[in-house]
Amino acid sequence: MLSFVAQRVAKGVIVLLAIVVLNFFLIRLAPGDPAIVMAGEAGASDQVFVKQLREKFGLDKPLPEQLFIYVKGIATLDLGFSFRQQAPVAKLIAERLPATLLLTMSAFAISLALGVLFGTFAARFAGTLLDTGITIFALIFYAMPIFWVALMGILLFSVTVDWLPSFGYETVGANLTGLAHAVDVAKHLIMPAITLGLFFMATYTRMTRASMLEVKRLDFVKTARAKGLSDSVIQRRHVLRNALLPVVTLAGVHAGTLIGGAVITETVFAWPGIGRLMYDALLQRDYNLLLGVFVTCSVMVLIFNLITDLVYRLVDPRIEFAA
Amino acid sequence: MSKRVLLGLLLTCALTASALAQEPKTGGVINAVIQPEPPGLMMAMIQNGPTQMVSGNIFEGLLRYSPKLEPMPELAESWSVSEDAKTYTFKLRKGVTWHDGKPFTSADVLFSIEMLKQTHARARNNLAQVDKVEAPDDYTVVFTLKQPFGPFLGIFEVGSMPMVPKHLYEGTDWKTNAYNNAPVGTGPFMFKEWQKGSYIRLVRNPNYYEKGKPYIDEIYWQIIPDAAARSVAYETGKVDVLPGGSVENFDVPRLSKLKDTCVTGAGWEFFSPLAWLWLNNRQGPLADKRVRQAIMYAIDRDFAKDVIWNGLGKVATGPSASTIKYYTDDVPKYPYDPAKAKALLKEAGYKGEKIRLLPLAYGETWQRWGEAVKQNLMDVGMNIETISTDVAGGNQKIGDWDYDIAFTYLYQYGDPALGVGRNYVSSAIAKGQVFNNVEGYSNPDIDKLFADGAVATSDTKRKEIYEKAQKVLVEDVPVAWMLELQFPTIMRCKVKNLITTGIGVNDGFKDAWLDK
Repeated sequence: MLSFVAQRVAKGVIVLLAIVVLNFFLIRLAPGDPAIVMAGEAGASDQVFVKQLREKFGLDKPLPEQLFIYVKGIATLDLGFSFRQQAPVAKLIAERLPATLLLTMSAFAISLALGVLFGTFAARFAGTLLDTGITIFALIFYAMPIFWVALMGILLFSVTVDWLPSFGYETVGANLTGLAHAVDVAKHLIMPAITLGLFFMATYTRMTRASMLEVKRLDFVKTARAKGLSDSVIQRRHVLRNALLPVVTLAGVHAGTLIGGAVITETVFAWPGIGRLMYDALLQRDYNLLLGVFVTCSVMVLIFNLITDLVYRLVDPRIEFAA
Repeated sequence: MSKRVLLGLLLTCALTASALAQEPKTGGVINAVIQPEPPGLMMAMIQNGPTQMVSGNIFEGLLRYSPKLEPMPELAESWSVSEDAKTYTFKLRKGVTWHDGKPFTSADVLFSIEMLKQTHARARNNLAQVDKVEAPDDYTVVFTLKQPFGPFLGIFEVGSMPMVPKHLYEGTDWKTNAYNNAPVGTGPFMFKEWQKGSYIRLVRNPNYYEKGKPYIDEIYWQIIPDAAARSVAYETGKVDVLPGGSVENFDVPRLSKLKDTCVTGAGWEFFSPLAWLWLNNRQGPLADKRVRQAIMYAIDRDFAKDVIWNGLGKVATGPSASTIKYYTDDVPKYPYDPAKAKALLKEAGYKGEKIRLLPLAYGETWQRWGEAVKQNLMDVGMNIETISTDVAGGNQKIGDWDYDIAFTYLYQYGDPALGVGRNYVSSAIAKGQVFNNVEGYSNPDIDKLFADGAVATSDTKRKEIYEKAQKVLVEDVPVAWMLELQFPTIMRCKVKNLITTGIGVNDGFKDAWLDK
């Protein structure tokens, strides 16, 4: 298993390098650069000002040299400096990463738990009213844009009934500590996590349902039934476990998509995570920060994929750790 | 709807007047929205709007400006001008300290000027006429100009010339100085904390030189990136102040009607934001003056004001906003007249050539305005193609002159020499730059008028020059002036005296108090 992990990590490093190089050129293809943005915001610009800014950002150097400097930095775990925000990129990301991890992991857990639960029920009662109800419920949330669900959630739970806060990570100025702080953060987390989770829940519901219906038809289920096992044991131990493989695959793939969804969720709910940091960096052409966020997200996706591979083995012991 | 807003404004004026008569109360916390999150708070190095709004309460300039743009004392308690209008002597206030306790002296002023010349494009332009700056003693600063410069007393507001602590910046690498993220000023509020992505917290400066001020204990600047969520935050009582531009215009009438809510359009007199369409004078149909005039006639600017801007603002008559010095409305007029526009296009021989329109990526209101203008221009037979970009992409295209028509709005800084001439004189044509003469208009008469206006010493002479310049420009239509924008500030009525100067919320918390 160790050699499997080592090989995957080595491959991951190569993938990461490719991502860095690709992103480096990709973001420079967009018109405008940080100097133009900053000169624009200053409401005044002259040649000296823009030239100074370009020198400050290192944008006056040839592209290959800029890339070399950046990759050299990454190799020494230095993500560079955001001149726009006047702080090291690693510090800016470190400040925001916990909030995003909390949001995405909560959303992930909610979506997976509810998705598998609803999918199992839908498959168990396939063709009934309950199945139709679950399918419609899942499709509604899959079809609705995240920002709209978020705004409707705010309208209902913050404005109309005033149960949940509409924005932020914690109550500003409350200076809460310990359990009271945790409860406060949890209250702020409920709406963004559920909003983000509902979208993905729909996919897991559909996938679990389809997969379970397929597995149910297989011979070993008939054998289990013939052995006289109870229906719930068959569903749980035999059908669900075998049906979970495609769901796990999908969940691994979703790790990256979750970050994408987090950009919107974090914006609507003013959640101070890296999704928003990335969005702002993009608009401001803050190249170093943007690349830094991309690298972080890429590393996260690679880690998720590695975990997915490991979970395969747990779900299905027939799968071996082959490189 | 516009009447309601107007009523609200009148009510606010009345309330402000009564608030002035009340005795200020001390204490309390104000939650205000800041949008977007500022990239940094060091005003000498970052000049965008949000930075100024927060840091205008941390840093100070030598002068403040009244709503009528008359200079008021701030770090300078008095000033005098020599007879030849070339020497300006400022007497600094004594007993002023930086937030770290060190005294503020003329050495800080000299250092700030040197720093700003390198880091602040507008300050550098404003100081171009300065020959030398001297400090004969700790509390006197003397500016000697190369030649008289009419608007010189108008360049000392905190955003245009913030004072920087010499003892913390001298000899350091300014761009990575740790105090950029924990700024130290002389202002009424001190920086306390910045939870990136959440809020910025300022606390009362207990050693502020104006005894008793500020009245508020703390300000939380809340960072809420979504416009609808900002409206909800106000509606649910989580924030008390929505500075101008914080919410989409269509939300203003609804929020204005909420209980205990006051609205004011005041506090933008110094900036006087004016919106117009850049017209690329260099090439294609727009090189013909008649086509540019046709555009002025084709656009229903009253519709834009009443419907898109919800009745806020004023239709622009020319290159100067009505709130800045030497404005005149005695210029050629361009009422909405599609028939005249069509006739002018025909006369100019316009044959349906494609014209690219760049809207401004500043949110819903601007997007809708872009659609309305496109519709107006298509109605008179123009072939308009909308090019969508984000702000950075749009600025790049405009700076590279790669556009035909493009939306913008710019501040005018109270005086035509500071905020108007830069968009029309030939010397301001420079590719790769934004916000100068990007339309490529070149007229020796205009160049001379603006050159003369800047150095003329008498108000009468300057008035005569700038009025003439406005007439020439409005006849030539180098750009299509749209609206004098108004960004209403929405706040709880218990917040008193927030807007007392020509830059409003940007330095307003010094005088603000809470009627609890």
